Amino acid sequence: MGRTIIDKLWAEHQVADLGDGTSLLYIDRVFLHERTGSVALKELAAAHRRVRNPEQVFCTMDHIVDTFPGRGDATRVPGGTAFITETRAAARAAGINLFDLGDDRQGIVHVVSPEQGIALPGVTLVCPDSHTCTLGGIGALAWGIGTTEAEHALATKTLVVRRPQSMRVRFEGTLAPGVTAKDMILKLIATHTAAGGVGYVIEFAGAAVRSLPVEARLTLCNMGVEFGAWTVIIAPDEAVFDYVRGRPYAPQGAALDQAIAHWRTLASDADARFDRELLVDCDTLAPQVTWGTSPQHAAGIDGIVPDPATESDAGRRQSMQRALAYMALTPGTPLAGLPIQAAFIGSCTNSRLSDLRAAAALLRGRQVAPGVRAICVPGSTQVRLAAEREGLHEVFLAAGFEWREAGCSMCFFAGGESFGLEERVVSSTNRNFENRQGPRTRTHLASPVTVAASAIAGRLADPRTLASRG
Amino acid sequence: MEKFTTLTAIAAPLLRINVDTDAIIPSREMKTVSKTGLADGLFAGWRYRTLGSRDEDPGFVLNQEPYRRARILLSGANFGCGSSREHAVWALAEWGIRAIVAPSFGAIFQGNCVRNGILPVVLAEDVVADLAHQVSADPAARLVTVDLGACRLTAPDGGTHAFAIAPADREMLLEGLDAIALTMKRDDEILAFQARDHLRRPWIYLGEVVRK
Repeated sequence: MGRTIIDKLWAEHQVADLGDGTSLLYIDRVFLHERTGSVALKELAAAHRRVRNPEQVFCTMDHIVDTFPGRGDATRVPGGTAFITETRAAARAAGINLFDLGDDRQGIVHVVSPEQGIALPGVTLVCPDSHTCTLGGIGALAWGIGTTEAEHALATKTLVVRRPQSMRVRFEGTLAPGVTAKDMILKLIATHTAAGGVGYVIEFAGAAVRSLPVEARLTLCNMGVEFGAWTVIIAPDEAVFDYVRGRPYAPQGAALDQAIAHWRTLASDADARFDRELLVDCDTLAPQVTWGTSPQHAAGIDGIVPDPATESDAGRRQSMQRALAYMALTPGTPLAGLPIQAAFIGSCTNSRLSDLRAAAALLRGRQVAPGVRAICVPGSTQVRLAAEREGLHEVFLAAGFEWREAGCSMCFFAGGESFGLEERVVSSTNRNFENRQGPRTRTHLASPVTVAASAIAGRLADPRTLASRG
Repeated sequence: MEKFTTLTAIAAPLLRINVDTDAIIPSREMKTVSKTGLADGLFAGWRYRTLGSRDEDPGFVLNQEPYRRARILLSGANFGCGSSREHAVWALAEWGIRAIVAPSFGAIFQGNCVRNGILPVVLAEDVVADLAHQVSADPAARLVTVDLGACRLTAPDGGTHAFAIAPADREMLLEGLDAIALTMKRDDEILAFQARDHLRRPWIYLGEVVRK
């Protein structure tokens, strides 16, 4: 029987078979950030354990740092400065690679990682951050772990992992203009729930995935964890190999040729079997927007707020009722047209150059509606610099957006900067949980183009109704 | 790590699906670079009336007697989904929770539990609902027993439910093992793997000499 891409990568990284479906897996790269990596480095040092291969460990500052122009170690997050300074000291002591404030490689960990060629096809990469699954977009077997497991990976170059079941999700068809990878993943989660992928490692495949540019694949995989998956992966192809070429930590010359020859073998065989298969039809897909407090609470922008009374499952019904109360929404209300107070473009989901270009194409020559606070936070310093070289920052600023330094920013509220009490925000981020973006903030997840169209309208709006001025 | 063998305790029902780690410990409650000092912030958004306050909402289950002394939490599917923050587990442990019974768990959270002496027990939704129903009649007297050695949960009415757990996780909890120390015993295997792998995938090894 044929082997899946996951079978191949598992075998390639297995140091020891521990029985009962559990393996000691070799970990090629570890990435840390100042929020959770700080604790891992500190605990490891306290236990008098050293980082085994510091050359293959990386750390960036993204979660706690401010994103205001001219920022330093001071942050609006109470106690936040200690996370920055302690991470810096621990990273230096451990001898790992640090992308500090002021370093032009700094940025959100999952944006920096492929951008620098640290995440590569076929590598195992872990990070104490749930959105590490993003890197499946370039064919890495990458997953989020806790702090204790991060210590294990740092100290031993391995992790003890029980093999999850396998699933393949095929996204077939062609996306209509204005419909994006973000809409594909929200549709999958809305259809099969936020627990639909629990217990699975998932390959995303199909014609709609194949035709996505690499950055969009990273967006698609980013929310694999919001589907409950252990992780997700897309088989690397020529688009990925072209993307990797010339990246600072990627192999060069003959070494790259050798690597690509190997990477070409990393695809599921035609007769490979998965424990479960799902299909998402992309031909009829509309831009998605969430109406509740779980990513599974999503619907087409041309849809309405659903009625909990029509939900037969008691748990889901109660979850919907709680969500509608939190979001101050009434069943039957059209989603397009809901007034918003803020718009946010950023996060490891949607803050790459292609996201900013797509949003700017709608914002060019237009204005954010009066009373709407709009913020754009590039995902990395490299993204910001590239955007500025193209003049995109001028488009955002002219439209009325704030233009920030790179970081996670207002994807979550850590006690510092936030959206206002009960404000309704349309956001290109990944989590619409209660209080996630601020005190009782009402988050509507959407793609960057839906956020841009909504910012202009001052209401949730369908990006397909605005002509691009790209 | 504290061992887990058997536990007989008050069980608190929090029957919501998709309880995320942002709800378990909001980011704003993670104030220091530390694994401790987190119990106060547990479920802060639900436990307290206003953000940042310590003004308890009497409607929240863990603010009610005798659930304040609960050591077992009963919850809905996908408990602990979302952020990887191990602070969620540290906060639960520090508050006093030693076992969580739910139809499913977020993968990272489940792993974090096992590494911190908390037992995640997977049981069907109707079983968890029935446990919650049984307990609520007299929570202080109608206790739940979890026996990890036998992989069996006993309900207040004496009914028993077998549960599955990965053998490695079970052993780690039963013995209170240090996973890093265990793996370090395999150092020779790791070095041998690196030597083989370096020939096969040299581009992985960033400018370093593999130790022989």
